[in-house]
Amino acid sequence: MSPAGRLAAVLLLAMIFASRVSDPAVAADETRQASITDRSVQWPTAGQWRRLLLLEDYNTRVVLLGATMLGFAGGAVGSFALLRGRALMGDALSHAAVPGIGLVFLAVTMAGGDAKSFVLLLAGATCSSLLGLAVILFLRNATRIKEDAALGIVLSVFFGAGAAALGIAQQTTGHAAGLEGFIYGKTASMVASDALLIAGAGLTVTVLCLLLFKEFKLLCFDEGFAASRGYSILLLDIALMGLVVAVTIVGLQAVGAILMIAMLVVPACAARFWTERMGLMTLLSAIIGAASALVGAGMSALLPRLPSGAIIVLVASVAFVVSMLGAPARGILARAMRRRRLNAKVHRQHLLRAVYEWLESHGQAPRRGQHDESDQVPIAELLPMRSWSQGELRSYVARAESRGLLRTGPGNLLRLSPLGCEEAAANVHNHRMWELYLIHFADVAASRVDRDADAIEHVLDPTILAELESLVHEGAAARVVPTSPHPMPHAGET
Amino acid sequence: MAGLENWNWALDGWIVAAGVLCAVASALLGNFLVLRKMSMLGDAISHAVLPGLAAAFLITGARESVPMFLGAALVGVLTALLTEWIRRYGRVDEGGAMGVVFTALFALGLVMIVQAADQVDLDPGCVLYGAIELTPLDTVELGSFHVPRVVVVLSIVLAINLLVVVLFYKELKLTSFDPELAKSLGINAQSMHYLLMTLVAVTAVASFETVGNILVVAMFVVPVAAAYMCTDRLATMIVASSLFAAASAVLGHIGAIVVPRWIGYRSTTTAGMMAVAAGFLFGLAVLLAPRYGLLVKLLRRRLFALRILAEDVLALLYRAEERTPDEPALARSQLRQQLDRGLLARRAAYAWLRRQGDIRRQRDGYALTEQGRRRAQSLVRAHRLWEQYLETAAGLGERHLHENAEQLEHFTNEELRRRLADETASPRTDPHGAPIPPESQR
Repeated sequence: MSPAGRLAAVLLLAMIFASRVSDPAVAADETRQASITDRSVQWPTAGQWRRLLLLEDYNTRVVLLGATMLGFAGGAVGSFALLRGRALMGDALSHAAVPGIGLVFLAVTMAGGDAKSFVLLLAGATCSSLLGLAVILFLRNATRIKEDAALGIVLSVFFGAGAAALGIAQQTTGHAAGLEGFIYGKTASMVASDALLIAGAGLTVTVLCLLLFKEFKLLCFDEGFAASRGYSILLLDIALMGLVVAVTIVGLQAVGAILMIAMLVVPACAARFWTERMGLMTLLSAIIGAASALVGAGMSALLPRLPSGAIIVLVASVAFVVSMLGAPARGILARAMRRRRLNAKVHRQHLLRAVYEWLESHGQAPRRGQHDESDQVPIAELLPMRSWSQGELRSYVARAESRGLLRTGPGNLLRLSPLGCEEAAANVHNHRMWELYLIHFADVAASRVDRDADAIEHVLDPTILAELESLVHEGAAARVVPTSPHPMPHAGET
Repeated sequence: MAGLENWNWALDGWIVAAGVLCAVASALLGNFLVLRKMSMLGDAISHAVLPGLAAAFLITGARESVPMFLGAALVGVLTALLTEWIRRYGRVDEGGAMGVVFTALFALGLVMIVQAADQVDLDPGCVLYGAIELTPLDTVELGSFHVPRVVVVLSIVLAINLLVVVLFYKELKLTSFDPELAKSLGINAQSMHYLLMTLVAVTAVASFETVGNILVVAMFVVPVAAAYMCTDRLATMIVASSLFAAASAVLGHIGAIVVPRWIGYRSTTTAGMMAVAAGFLFGLAVLLAPRYGLLVKLLRRRLFALRILAEDVLALLYRAEERTPDEPALARSQLRQQLDRGLLARRAAYAWLRRQGDIRRQRDGYALTEQGRRRAQSLVRAHRLWEQYLETAAGLGERHLHENAEQLEHFTNEELRRRLADETASPRTDPHGAPIPPESQR
């Protein structure tokens, strides 16, 4: 390898890879005749679509099958690696494979053998990856070096050694060219044997994941408990990382380093947004990985000028962004909406309580279950009761009105509807029950309970409320709103 | 050494200078990355800046250095921002967030480069990732000197990093170790974080544009980890990491020239060998660091075990003298039966004691010297006082007295023996009826 750094090689070879993946689908098409410097994207013709969708080309079938299996296995293993906090392990281990390849090449050349023997190079890559894994685990367990630094050390030092070894290898015979291709994605087309190898490895990895599912789950969530059940944490770690190595090595020779890292990380991160269940997450992660690979490989078959590895990663990234924003369980939008709804409820209840307390201080407290509207309340006098601005207060009133809780009238006045009276009374009830509880059972001073109760009143559920009632005033009429245990600060300042 | 006879200061000197500058500039910042457990950030940024370079290229349509540098630095900062944002708002594990961001950006960059490539001939290998070996070829005039452009750029980067680390030393230290405390002292941890990220991005881009990215990724972590093995003090660690970084740059270049000749080839990648040299120094630090080094710890444990064994020998000889004052020596076979340790360990203990003048040879065994007797007396006194104390004050059963006292006797100084004697009302005999010897007279 030239000393220009690995990225250059990744770049060039990913481009070469792109052209090779796209080759099969368009082998017979006119794009082949275009100038080789023309790299503009051409929209596929209907014929190309048909060929892709019906999987007419043997090579397209092979590429799609291989990429999909790789995505599936990567997604499954990646979900465990992510939850174990080892998302970037694949990054380090894929770099750690490089010196193995270089050294095997050198050794075989010096011994006079066939230096490009596929099996030998693969064995070298696996050995040095495993060595890198051993070094990481050793540094983490036996020294004060933290895991992230151990990853960084193995990544950079092994890769440096690999670059040096390849630098030597390049001078030896002049035949070392193509080694980078082996590392960063094979330059020849993915042929049936490659796809079969990937499919076989993917299947093996998936089966192992299933067999070890319970153990890995324990390892990810409660290492201490796993140890107490008699599992060896170190062995399980080695097993999990061994699977990462297996997927990485197989993927490296087929699709390149960066794509491989993405296949391990991105689908797992995306799946995490959808569920809190481990099994489901692993399945989702595998499916997202497989689907991204399928769609990405298909797209690059249709748009031959785009690098397929990069397209697969971008498709997976889109899946990630969609998941992060839109997933109902942990997605950002869903969480923001839940928070918004809670805030709206809190503000509404604060408004109703303020109205209630004003009415109460004027001797006109609404009752629960009353059938007519409450007395008039001047909105301006609600303003000093909480720290809300005039605009905020007005918008809360408007929102409550749209829910039919109150009615505004001329002269900046409002009246609670029967529904509003019910909710206001219930809310004040909750508030005061909590205050009484704090005073009687938590020994909080009466002057301080208002604020504490403010926070909790919105989330009291009926069972807790029933418990509070039986505690606070045994047997008294449950639906009657108790009087406030502390003087009302603002009410009554008319 | 073979190969070094061709050393040319005008060429190799500048290469080493560029390597040292890059290594030290990276290692300075790396200290804070490693302490914040963000060691992989350098690697992530060096992949992620690709779309910035491509965008600058697409916009300007030329391979100008300055716009590309700006584009890359911007995207580098963006990487840190996006990672932080996904981590915080998406609640994704830090490593996962980093992995998602840098692979996605890298893929985006690849697609952009492919698009750019039909406008101008863009060879990413040459444009984006310089080679350190080419350092001396591209020079600028500084006064009357021709200085490689790389060296000038890296000197500026190093100066900036050094300035920031010195000026914001307290803030960086606090925010790295205890962000909460920093916040309570009115230091904006967030802005420190982004300042650091910006510098990391700038350093990474400037370095791998000139000397290759293997070097910068390695130097952010490896020399720092080596320094971390050696010290607990941040200031010492920063200085040590800079020294390690500089040393690995020098060693690396020499290694690149020398090592391949051992197996009959010409020189190899300097940047790669610099990373390997850093790894070598790190390995040495892991083994030999004064406090945390593994060999040192092992040695310390061995010496400690030797001391314990030697003291056990002294105590055995003392008891033998007690039993048979006429026949004070113990044969080596008798010692072997009672010590339950391997031959080598016993030999070492005897040799050590003889050198100290605590025991002397007598026929086929050893006997105490005057000095050895005093030490042994203290040990046995400690042992029996402990037995007495453990029985009377701690209420330990008789069966467990001996084994506990056997351990405690090695850590009992004169002051503690006096306290024990006071606590147990200075008994004459221990619970087994053996006499407690008096404090030895000097």
